[in-house]
Amino acid sequence: MNNPQLNKQGELQHLLSTEGLPSRILYDILDRASTFVDLAGRGEIKKVPLLHGKSVFNVFFENSTRTRTTFEIAAKRLSADVVNLNIGSSSTSKGETLLDTVDNLCAMHADMFVVRHAQSGAAHLIAKHVAPEIHVINAGDGRHAHPTQALLDMFTIRHYKKEFHNLRVAIVGDILHSRVARSQIHALTTLGVPEVRVIAPKTLLPSHVEQLGVRVFHDMAQGLRDVDVVLMLRLQNERMQGAALPSAQEYFKYYGLTQEKLALAKADAIVMHPGPMNRGIEIDSSVADGAQSVILPQVTFGIAVRMAVMSTLAGAK
Amino acid sequence: MNIQILNGRLIDPKNEVDAAKDIFITAGKILAIGKAPAGFVAEKTIDAAGLVIIPGLIDLAARLREPGYEYKATLESEMSAAVAGGITSLACPPDTEPALDEPGLVEMLKHRARALSQAKVYPVGALTYGLKGVELTEMAELADAGCVAFSQADAPLTDTRVLMRAMQYAATFGFGVWLRPQDSFLARDGVAHDGEVATRLGLPAIPVCAETIALAIMLQLARETGVRLHICRLSSAAGVAMIREAKKGGLAITCDVSMNHIHLSEMDIGYFDSNCHLIPPLRNQRDRDALRVGLHEGVIDAICSNHSPVDEDAKQLPFAEAEAGATGLELLLPLVLKWAQQGKLTISDAIAKVTHNSAQILNIDAGHLSLGAAADVCIFDPASCWKVEAAALMSQGKNTPFLGMEMQGKVRYTLVHGQIVYQAMQNNK
Repeated sequence: MNNPQLNKQGELQHLLSTEGLPSRILYDILDRASTFVDLAGRGEIKKVPLLHGKSVFNVFFENSTRTRTTFEIAAKRLSADVVNLNIGSSSTSKGETLLDTVDNLCAMHADMFVVRHAQSGAAHLIAKHVAPEIHVINAGDGRHAHPTQALLDMFTIRHYKKEFHNLRVAIVGDILHSRVARSQIHALTTLGVPEVRVIAPKTLLPSHVEQLGVRVFHDMAQGLRDVDVVLMLRLQNERMQGAALPSAQEYFKYYGLTQEKLALAKADAIVMHPGPMNRGIEIDSSVADGAQSVILPQVTFGIAVRMAVMSTLAGAK
Repeated sequence: MNIQILNGRLIDPKNEVDAAKDIFITAGKILAIGKAPAGFVAEKTIDAAGLVIIPGLIDLAARLREPGYEYKATLESEMSAAVAGGITSLACPPDTEPALDEPGLVEMLKHRARALSQAKVYPVGALTYGLKGVELTEMAELADAGCVAFSQADAPLTDTRVLMRAMQYAATFGFGVWLRPQDSFLARDGVAHDGEVATRLGLPAIPVCAETIALAIMLQLARETGVRLHICRLSSAAGVAMIREAKKGGLAITCDVSMNHIHLSEMDIGYFDSNCHLIPPLRNQRDRDALRVGLHEGVIDAICSNHSPVDEDAKQLPFAEAEAGATGLELLLPLVLKWAQQGKLTISDAIAKVTHNSAQILNIDAGHLSLGAAADVCIFDPASCWKVEAAALMSQGKNTPFLGMEMQGKVRYTLVHGQIVYQAMQNNK
């Protein structure tokens, strides 16, 4: 089976998932992102003309403010024309199918789609459908993947820890429903992190998760011991209705990240979160705002990483 | 019409025949096998040199989509597909719109099918009104109208008391009850096997215990009620083990599997191939292997196409939203032959699972070529290879996981009641 993300020359054609990409491509994106960070950091030109004359369509079938905004900023800094479409469920309720919507946008001469959709596989479906000169970036599909989030997490880890091959990383929370977790796991294992842990109650872990190459922990104290990086996940409120958890209070008590639990990790461990945070549910405010938190730098790096992804795709033949 | 089929290899599992024999047909029945009876004058001769002659296939699950879903398929399109696949009898599940829960609907379906004079249609009636799992249908009336068994198709029946009553009532009249085991709570929102692939792709999953828990309830109620229970579309190794035990314990049940599930596994979903969105879900390779062993041992009695034509638009959606189902009528024979070849079975042992055994489950006199039997015959070229292509399929449903794959074994002629109802276009061998 051909990898739908790569073209015949092995270059990145679409970014749909961090799974199945060679580490070379991941490192190229991270390297490129760091040039954009340097550029912005020196306070020089914020804007580069790499996507000049190109149209980027942010097509969000699922609501999001933060991710859409960072993509918009990234595209604008690359001098692209940006069109934002919050489709939500309005179009589908009018009877238009996903691919009809995409066809219409293609007819408006889109060069790149940034797509978020509530269903796993939506970005793959679109990528398979569009003409070969159009690029698709998955900005989150169901529980499946959120590759740019994972890449900005990798960028942040590399920024603070320099190397991947000597790290212990723990991902904490609702792995079952999380596209972020899946993309993080694939990115971490591809980049050579020797030990990736997941920490969650059994109701929030998919079956056979260990086959993704992770060690499974149900106990925070054991799982956090001696880790270098703690990746927290957002807990959706609806998990309480689905009988996955009894209460937010109990979840916080056993799986919420507090200073006390964080003390079990290495002294220089960093704490990350994809946002938006539920303070007091998965993370205590003192940790979120504490010295080990790199949650805000994540957001800053997110723009550079998305610029790197877009410019990489635009460079692909 | 008097027809003679000469020079072919006759394979008839029920009568344990596998030899070069000529067949002579008159008035819709098998008149003689081997030598032409004195005075027999053939009006039509089929030269079957290099071809195999078998009883017409009997498919235990073929959705014709009428009434109600004519945009997916029509009786005309699907009946043509059936005979093109060598199928001469088929059972259709009751999940039409409305469901087959009224004698009038059943009579209409039988009438429409008869008017097409192609394959014989055996409707399976709804076990409960509207397949809602609440009130029993008028099973005796439905049987008089032509229903051969009663089923919930893929609709849940969660109320175990209703299920027990339904079985008791069916048992009163000796009717068969056909059920697909799946606990609807455990399977809720699920679209793929709860395994490695669903975990990787982030697809809502259906665990194996959804099958085994429902199966345990069904087997226990069959013991209690003495109903003639047929288990449809088994999907898991654990399910096979339970059926094996139940049969060993003397419970008179039968069981089928879909052709998709003996050839495919969750791995075939690949990158969200919605053609592999099937009911039940494709499970892992160990499950597939166990289904094959179960078939071989006779734990599973029959193979069906589980033909479920879906319109193209309904498949052009993200995996979970795409409608489940695949076309199958024209692939049943080659996929059974493929299984035979891979499992080192004789053609006779393999096709028993789609002829004689299926007839026994349906409780009809068919699926064999005995003297005096209805001349429902399939004649195929065992060496002919062909590629599955959407445009070439007669079925209105064009979606199947086997698109683009090479098949071996092509139907040349299909006869129903001694009438040639299908003849392949390129007949030059």
